[in-house]
Amino acid sequence: MQEHDTAWVRTEMALAQQAPAGVRGPLAWVRKNLVGSVGDIILTVLGIALVVLILPPIINWAFISAQWVGADRTVCATAAQGGIQPDGWSGACWAFVNAKFGQFMLGRYPIEERWRPILVAILFVALLVPLLIPRVPRKGLNAILLFLVLPIVAFVLLVGGMFGLPHVETQLWGGLLVTLSLSFVGIAVSLPMGIVLALGRRSKMPIVKTLCVVFIEFVRGIPLITVLFFASVMLPLFLPAGVSFDKYLRALIGVSLFAAAYMAEVVRGGLQAIPKGQYEGADSLGLGYWQKMVLIVLPQALKLVIPGIVNTFIGMFKDTSLVIIISMFDLLGVVKQNFSDPSWATPQTTKSGLIFAAFVFWLFCFGMSRYSMYTERRLDTGHKR
Amino acid sequence: MASQEVLREEPSRGSFINDPKVRGIFFQAVVVILLVAGVWWIVHNVIENLQRLHIASGFGFLKNRAGFDISESAIAYSSDSTYGRAIVVGLINTLIVAVAGIITATIIGFIVGIGRLSHNWLIRKICTVYVEVFRNIPPLLVIFFWYSGVLAVLPVVRESINLPFGSFLNQRGFYFPRAVWGDGSWLIFVALLVGIALAWFVARTARQRQMATGQQFPVFWTSLALIIGLPLLAYVLSGFPLTFDFPKQSTFNLTGGFQVKPEFLSLYLALSCYTAAFIAEIVRAGILGVSKGQTEAAGALGMRPGSILRLVVVPQAMRIVIPPLTSQYLNLTKNSSLAIAIGYPDLTATAGTVLNQTGQAVEGVLIMMVVYLVISLVTSAVMNVVNARMALVER
Amino acid sequence: MKHIAIGILGAAALGFMASAASASTLDDVKAKGFIQCGVSTGLAGFSAPDDKGDWKGIDADFCRAVAAAVFGDGTKVKFTPLSAKERFTALQSGEVDILSRNTTWTINRDTALGLNFVGVTYYDGQGFMINAKKLPGVNSALQLSGAAVCVQSGTTTELNLADYFKANKMEYNPVVFEKLEEVNAAYDAGRCDVYTTDQSGLYGIRLTLSAPADHVVLPEIISKEPLGPAVRQGDDQWYHIVKWTYFALLQAEELGITQANVEEMKTSDSPEIKRVLGQEAETKIGTDLGVSNDWVVNIVKAVGNYGEMFERNVGTGSPLKIARGINALWTKGGLQYAPPIR
Repeated sequence: MQEHDTAWVRTEMALAQQAPAGVRGPLAWVRKNLVGSVGDIILTVLGIALVVLILPPIINWAFISAQWVGADRTVCATAAQGGIQPDGWSGACWAFVNAKFGQFMLGRYPIEERWRPILVAILFVALLVPLLIPRVPRKGLNAILLFLVLPIVAFVLLVGGMFGLPHVETQLWGGLLVTLSLSFVGIAVSLPMGIVLALGRRSKMPIVKTLCVVFIEFVRGIPLITVLFFASVMLPLFLPAGVSFDKYLRALIGVSLFAAAYMAEVVRGGLQAIPKGQYEGADSLGLGYWQKMVLIVLPQALKLVIPGIVNTFIGMFKDTSLVIIISMFDLLGVVKQNFSDPSWATPQTTKSGLIFAAFVFWLFCFGMSRYSMYTERRLDTGHKR
Repeated sequence: MASQEVLREEPSRGSFINDPKVRGIFFQAVVVILLVAGVWWIVHNVIENLQRLHIASGFGFLKNRAGFDISESAIAYSSDSTYGRAIVVGLINTLIVAVAGIITATIIGFIVGIGRLSHNWLIRKICTVYVEVFRNIPPLLVIFFWYSGVLAVLPVVRESINLPFGSFLNQRGFYFPRAVWGDGSWLIFVALLVGIALAWFVARTARQRQMATGQQFPVFWTSLALIIGLPLLAYVLSGFPLTFDFPKQSTFNLTGGFQVKPEFLSLYLALSCYTAAFIAEIVRAGILGVSKGQTEAAGALGMRPGSILRLVVVPQAMRIVIPPLTSQYLNLTKNSSLAIAIGYPDLTATAGTVLNQTGQAVEGVLIMMVVYLVISLVTSAVMNVVNARMALVER
Repeated sequence: MKHIAIGILGAAALGFMASAASASTLDDVKAKGFIQCGVSTGLAGFSAPDDKGDWKGIDADFCRAVAAAVFGDGTKVKFTPLSAKERFTALQSGEVDILSRNTTWTINRDTALGLNFVGVTYYDGQGFMINAKKLPGVNSALQLSGAAVCVQSGTTTELNLADYFKANKMEYNPVVFEKLEEVNAAYDAGRCDVYTTDQSGLYGIRLTLSAPADHVVLPEIISKEPLGPAVRQGDDQWYHIVKWTYFALLQAEELGITQANVEEMKTSDSPEIKRVLGQEAETKIGTDLGVSNDWVVNIVKAVGNYGEMFERNVGTGSPLKIARGINALWTKGGLQYAPPIR
C-alpha cells in the first residue's frame, strides 16, 4: 500500500492552524465546555431553554407556593374547590405529608406501641453507620450484632407477644417500616442464598448444577408480580389443610427468592473472573472445597462484584414497592391509600404524595449507589490490568 | 490440559467416606430425594385441598365463555369470546407495550448515554440528572406518576386540545385519524416493499462501489425517495384508495379515529423513561470501554467526529453493550406486568381477571408464569443470535 | 453462619405461622381464641377501617356477631383485608374462617369454588353513577351508549356490565382496575363517564369523591347482587353457627330485641322471646349448635339486631343514608326472613 490512489486520502498538506486560545480561566472553560462549536452552541441554547422551562415552575411549585402545615384539605385547595387558596393557585401540599407522616413511616402500627419500631430504627442506624465507616474498628463484632443479633431483637420488638410486649399483627405494619424491613431481611437472605446458588451452578455435580440453573433461569424469566401472586393466591393451596403463612412472611419469601436468583448471577460473574490459578493454588495447598471457596475464591470474587451486588440490593429495595399489588401497604401503598382520605382530597395531594414517596426511595437508592462507588474505589486493590 | 491429567497420580485414599466422588453421589442422591419428596408433598397437598374443598381444577375452563370485556384488544374480542382468547388478548397487549417501550427506551437511552459523554457541560449535567433521578425510583412510582400526571394535566373531553391533522389530545387519550384502506390499496403496500428492497439493493451496490473505487453515492436520499416515492406513485395510480376516519365529538367521548388510551400511554412512557436511564449507563460504559486509541487513530485518518462515532466507536461499543442491553429488554418486558396497577389489560391483568372469575388460582398463576418464561427465553435467544453476529467481527 | 441464619429464619417462620391442623373450624377457632374474618380493603358501610384502625360496617359487624355467639365476646375477631383476587383462596386455604366481604352469592361460587354462602345480609343490585354536572340530560342508563365505564375487575359487576350493554345493543368502553381505590381515583379524575358497582357501594363511594353533590346514581338496577358471608365447604357445624347467627340477628329484630333492652327482654313473658334468648329451662338450642345457650343475648349485646346494624352502618345513622327497601323484614314488605329458632 505505497501508492495513495484511493480518493479519500488527502494529497496536499493542510494549512497551518492558528495558535490555540487560552485554556485557563472561566472564559476558556465556557468556551471549551459550552460554546466550542456551532453544534455546541445550539445544544447549550437548547439546554438552557430546557432548564429555564422546567426548573422555575418546579421550584415555585415545590417551595415557594407550597403549603407546609395545615389541618385539612382547605389549605391545599383553591376557593373554587372549597379551600382558602386563590383561584389558579398551584403548589405542593406538604401539609398532607406532614399530617400523615407517622402513617407514612409506620402504617397503622398502634400509636402507643410506636416507640418499638422507632427504637429498632435507632439501633439499626447505630449499628449500620459504624459498619459503613472504614476507620471504625471491630467490624466483625459489629457485623454479628447487625446481621444476627439485631434481627432477633427487631423481631421481638416489632412482633411482640413476649417479654410483656403486646402482640402487633403484621397487618398493622405499613409504610417505610414495611419497605425497610422487607428489603433488609431480603438482602440478608438473598446474599447467602445467591452465593450458594452461584456455587451450585458452577458445581461439578450434574444434578445440583441442573437444579440451580433451572431455578435461576426460571425466576429470572418471570416478573416479580407473578411471584407475589404465587405467594398470595397459590401458596396457601400448597400447604396442608389448616396451615397458613402470614401474608408478610409470604411476601418476604417471594421477594427473597426473587432477589437470590439475580444475586446468584452477579456472584457467578465474580467467580468466573477469578483466574484459574487461584483455584489451583488452593487445591495444591490441600484445601477442601469449602475452605477453598470461603478462604480464597469468594473474598476475591465478591470484591469484584460489589457494584453488581449493590445494584441488586437497589433493585430489590425498589421492588418491595410491588407488594402494594397484593394489598400490603409499604411506603408507596400507604401514600396511595391516603389519597382516598376525603379530608385531604385535593388535586395537589396526589402529586405531593407521590413526589414525597419518590424522594424517599430516591434518597435510599442514591445513597446506596454512592456508597458502593466509594467502596469500589477503596477496595480497588488488585486485578487491575 | 490432557497431558496434565495423564501425569496426575491417583491420590491415596484415606477412607471411602472422604472420596469426593462418593460424597458427590451421596450428596446428589440426598438432594434428589428431598426434591422428589418436596414435590410429592406439594402435589399431594394441592390435590387434597382441591378435592376436600370441592374446587374445580384442570384447564378446561379456557374454552368457556369469558363474559367480561377488555378495553384494548388488537384482535377481535367480545364478552362472548373464551377465557383462552382473553389471555391471548392480554399477551398481545403485553407484547405491544414491550416492543414499543423497547424501541423508545433504546432511542432515549442512546441519546442520553452519548449526552453524558458530551463535551458540552450543560448537556452532560442534564443527562446525569436524568439518569440519577429515574434510576433510583421504583418503576411502579414512575407509572403512577405518569398516569396521575396524564389524567391531571390533560383537559376533559369537551375541551380537547386540537392538534394538526385532525388529532385530539384529552384525558381519554390521544386520538388521531385512522387510515381506511379502500380497494386497490394493496398496491401501496407492494410498492412500499419494493421500495425497501430497492433501497437495500442500492445501499449494497453503493457500498461495494465505495469499497472498490472510493466514490460515494447519496444512499440516504435515494433510499428516501424510493421508500416514500414508490408508495406515493402507487397511491396516485390506484386512484387514491386511502381515506381517513376522523375522530368526532359525540355525547360522551370522541368517536371514530384511532385512540391511544392513557393507560397505554402512561405505561409506555414510564417504562421507556425508566429503562432508558439504565440503557444510558450501559451505552456510556460501552463507549468508555472502547479504548481512546481507536478514536484517536480514526481522527488521525481524517474522519469526522460523526463518522468516528458511527463507524469506529459504536460497532466496537455494541459488543460490550449487547449482553446487558438484553437483560434490560427482558426487565422492561417483565416490568410491563406493572400495568395491572393502572388498568392496562396486559397478560397479568387479563389472566388475573380470568383467575378471579373462575377461581382457579393454580392454573391461572401457572399460565402467567409459563407465558412470561417463554417470552424471556425467546428474547434471550434472539439477542444471543444478534450478539453472536456482532462478536464475529472480532478477530 | 448459614445455619444460624436458617435457624433465625425458621424461628421467624414459626412466629408468623398459624398452624392448627384439625377437622373442625369451631375447635380451631376456640383453640386460637379469635375468629379470623376476611373483609374488603375498604368499602364504606360494609367494611372499612376508621382513623383508629377499627373496622366498621355491616360485614365487619357480622363477624363480631359470630364472635359473640362463639365466645360471648364480640371483640374476639381479627380482620384480614382481602382484594377481590385473594378472597376465595384465603377462605379455601383456611387463612380466614369467614369471608364477610360484600361478595355476591352465585351458583358457580357455591359449586366450583368450594364455598358455602350462609345467607344474604344485604340485598343489592348493580347501578350506575354519573357526573350530572358534566353530563346534563342523562337520566337513564339506556342513554349511556358510547360511554367510558369504570369498573373493578374480577367481580360479578364486570360480567353484568357486559351483559347489560350487549342486551341493550349499546357500545361502551370499559376502564378496568384491580382495586376499588384505583377505580374511585380514576372516576374522580374524569377518566370515565360512568361508575358501576353495587348500588350501596355507589352511595358509599360518592361520599369520598371531591365533589359528591355533582354525582347522581341512575335509577336502573341491572342485576341481583345478594351479598352475604361465606364459609368453607365440608364443615357443617361451622356453617350452621354462621348461618344461624345471621338468622338470630333477623329474629331479634322481628321480636323487638335490641342492644338496649336485651337484658330486660330476658325476663319477658313471651315464650318465643324467652326461647330465643335461651331463658327456657333445660334448653339445648345453643349447645346443640355448639355454642352457649345465651348466644343470642351475646350477639345482640355485641352488635344489636339486624335493623340496628343496618341503620348504624348504612342507614339513617350513617353518612350513606340508604333506605331499608328490600332489606326490610318480611313483616314490613322486605325480603329478610328467618326460619324459626325452636
